Amino acid sequence: MIEPARDIREICRTHGNDPTRLMDIARAVQGKHGCVSSQALDLIAQAVGIPRVEVESLVSFYTFLSVKPKGNVVIRLCNDVIDEMFGAEQVARAFTEELGIRFGETTPDGKISLEHTPCIGMCDQAPAALINDVVVTYLSSDRAREIVRVLRETGDPRRLVRRLGDGNNAHPLVYSMVHNNIRREGPVVLAPLAPGAALKKALAMSPVEVINGIKTSRLRGRGGAGFPTGMKWEFTRAADGDQKCVLCNADEGEPGTFKDRVILTENPDITFEGMTIAGYAIGAELGIVYLRAEYAYLRAFLESVLQARRARNLLGRNILGKPGVHFDIRIQMGAGAYVCGEETAMISSCEGQRGDPKDRPPFPAQKGYLGMPTTVNNVETFCCVARILDNGPGWFADIGSRGSTGTKLLSVSGDCSSPGVYEVPFGIRLSDLLTMVGAEDAQAVQVGGAAGRMVSPAEFQRTICYDDLATGGSVMVFGPNRNILKVALKFMEFFLEESCGYCTPCRVGTVLMRRKLEEIIEGRGQIGDLEYLQELGSTMILASRCGLGQTAANPVLTTLQAFRPAYEALLRKKTAEPCLASFDIRAALQDAERLAGRSSEIFAG
Amino acid sequence: MSESFLFSIDGIKIEGKPGQTILQAADEAGVYIPRLCAHKDLAPFGACRVCTVMVNGRPQAACTTPAAKGMVVENETEALKKHRCSLVEMLFVEGNHYCMFCEKSGNCELQATAYRLGILAPRYPYQFPRQDVDASHPDVWIDRNRCILCGRCVLASRDLDGKHVFQFVGRSTDKKIWVNAEAHLADTNLGGADKAVDICPVGAILRKRVGYTVPVGQRLYDIKPIGSDIEARRPAAPGR
Repeated sequence: MIEPARDIREICRTHGNDPTRLMDIARAVQGKHGCVSSQALDLIAQAVGIPRVEVESLVSFYTFLSVKPKGNVVIRLCNDVIDEMFGAEQVARAFTEELGIRFGETTPDGKISLEHTPCIGMCDQAPAALINDVVVTYLSSDRAREIVRVLRETGDPRRLVRRLGDGNNAHPLVYSMVHNNIRREGPVVLAPLAPGAALKKALAMSPVEVINGIKTSRLRGRGGAGFPTGMKWEFTRAADGDQKCVLCNADEGEPGTFKDRVILTENPDITFEGMTIAGYAIGAELGIVYLRAEYAYLRAFLESVLQARRARNLLGRNILGKPGVHFDIRIQMGAGAYVCGEETAMISSCEGQRGDPKDRPPFPAQKGYLGMPTTVNNVETFCCVARILDNGPGWFADIGSRGSTGTKLLSVSGDCSSPGVYEVPFGIRLSDLLTMVGAEDAQAVQVGGAAGRMVSPAEFQRTICYDDLATGGSVMVFGPNRNILKVALKFMEFFLEESCGYCTPCRVGTVLMRRKLEEIIEGRGQIGDLEYLQELGSTMILASRCGLGQTAANPVLTTLQAFRPAYEALLRKKTAEPCLASFDIRAALQDAERLAGRSSEIFAG
Repeated sequence: MSESFLFSIDGIKIEGKPGQTILQAADEAGVYIPRLCAHKDLAPFGACRVCTVMVNGRPQAACTTPAAKGMVVENETEALKKHRCSLVEMLFVEGNHYCMFCEKSGNCELQATAYRLGILAPRYPYQFPRQDVDASHPDVWIDRNRCILCGRCVLASRDLDGKHVFQFVGRSTDKKIWVNAEAHLADTNLGGADKAVDICPVGAILRKRVGYTVPVGQRLYDIKPIGSDIEARRPAAPGR
């Protein structure tokens, strides 16, 4: 039995009693003690020298941290739209029956907690769940019951791993049943690259030449926003600051995206090589990979890859013998918050704070992590960087389309015969992609995740690129029998839960929009409601503080555009009812009736 | 560095100084931009978004965006007014705002802003959240029903009082103002004279035993609409 107080102080000490490492401290305490208890809040606050409420603020923000005790084993069943299409609700029922608890509860013996979680990056092998750090895939009700039996007998989630996945999923440090499902390998991201090959070429050039090469390649950010990478680096290099930082966004949280998981499993060296090149180009010695908590099972493996790179002098001091070139990478674990994929929220999180986005300006390139000029790029962007240095900017720019050079790694899931990862040149027609993945009968395709757009067959001739259908990688296919409005509702629920709550339009707008959409789906919508949704959405877009809020209305706005008849068919035509259709008089009277001890005579049920 | 520069708001020439936000420069020039979380003694926070203006055609929060030479800012347009009404209505329905018997009535910035924008009743459905009241402290109480999560008390306690009495916990709809103690305001080092107490724009942090002392008709915003103090700074237009 560990003495908690002493252990918590020790955890703080091993992190240098450094408040900027609060994420790591809180994660470590949560991992060892099952919660960051009220006592732990005090101990941590004392040790790192910040007010208790600041620690509580952070802990209460992230879903993988909690003040209340949780079981030694936490089952987090993914309930995103794709998982539910493939039976997550039946799996959920099996878990609740077998455990005898509801979601959000812990078994009476305090051993197992059951929770829902948004997309864990396993849509191509859904339904899936996280059990502590262990991923279990292709779930069924039977499998759920078996999982509970094994956990009850052994208490060890690693015992649940059977039939290891392909490639590095079977590596002893990964030891996972996750499958890569690589369906199409392209020349940029998923092709092999000898560690150090691209870096050697970069170090033979000046940093400015490296940046110019990236600009010549016309590489744009792979996270979805598509900002020109070379320009971002140029700004970061030019910004004042003794120290600079390279931040790799591996917080792949956009529903339906899992391509970074595959890159980090099979090709992490390319990512780290790209980061090192970025460090050389902008003059940074510090690199951070922000890895989402859901991918914690990859951490030991990634650490070993970093260690091997240090051993080969691809990281560390005087890299590859070049005097003055120093760069190293640390992994910052997230703790369950979609908004941390937003670059300024990610920086807040790395600094040991709530994942609240920051105001811009200053942009991260001017003032980012701990005030250092910081370039934040996606995992895949760094892969492109390394390949561009190895094969040349011209080679890269010849692939893809004029405004969108290179290839794009797509995560395809939903109603298709071959879900998985596809590396395709930019500019591919959506219809061609659908043929490739075996989804010719698609009724709708969500491109770009929950924040992206719903595309109807009328638009299947459009192309995937920054100037047409932009995506960070998520492509979700919905077959003929799916209810598109219910899909939109799932996405709205996702945004509602993942809003950081900082600004009004996102925090309240998501609630109002979800509610109205639900009313319409339930047949309580009226003429005028579609305009209501549109106006509400326009305020969210205009006034929200960050990209999450600015895109949170997209599920409704884009389905309204592409599937308006589906909405209109549900609206009540007449408004002659005594009450607003959206108003439930019976529900409104409940409290009063309970207090009065009798039911309303006028509005009897 | 200290050279001032010119930019415009709704065609009015405004003098800005380096380091000033659009809102600060506008305030000095006597141009009122509606706001709820911004406060002259506090760092910009950018939470309520009511001060959203169009800057060179793009929406920006006036409270957090630095003013710059030649900027073209739109403030009082029909479109922006509509969005501001939406935001204020959102704040009303998100909480439980019982204006008719709230002791902050007449001195409440949320209420006064709603009046100024011409809001009669919110178009949105009330959420009726269940919120806690903390009356543990001898001199001050918190009513989270009326909190608009503006962050003023957080910043004021930290930056003006040199304490850390308030901070937010939770996220999304669970986000709420919390205190630097296990649960109660009484267990913090909040003093009755703290600036954080009086800086609340609404009736969420209130001083005890002083409610309703000013009769209706004589309260701050009974006399003049919110923003008139700022507008009074504006030099009269020539020829008027």
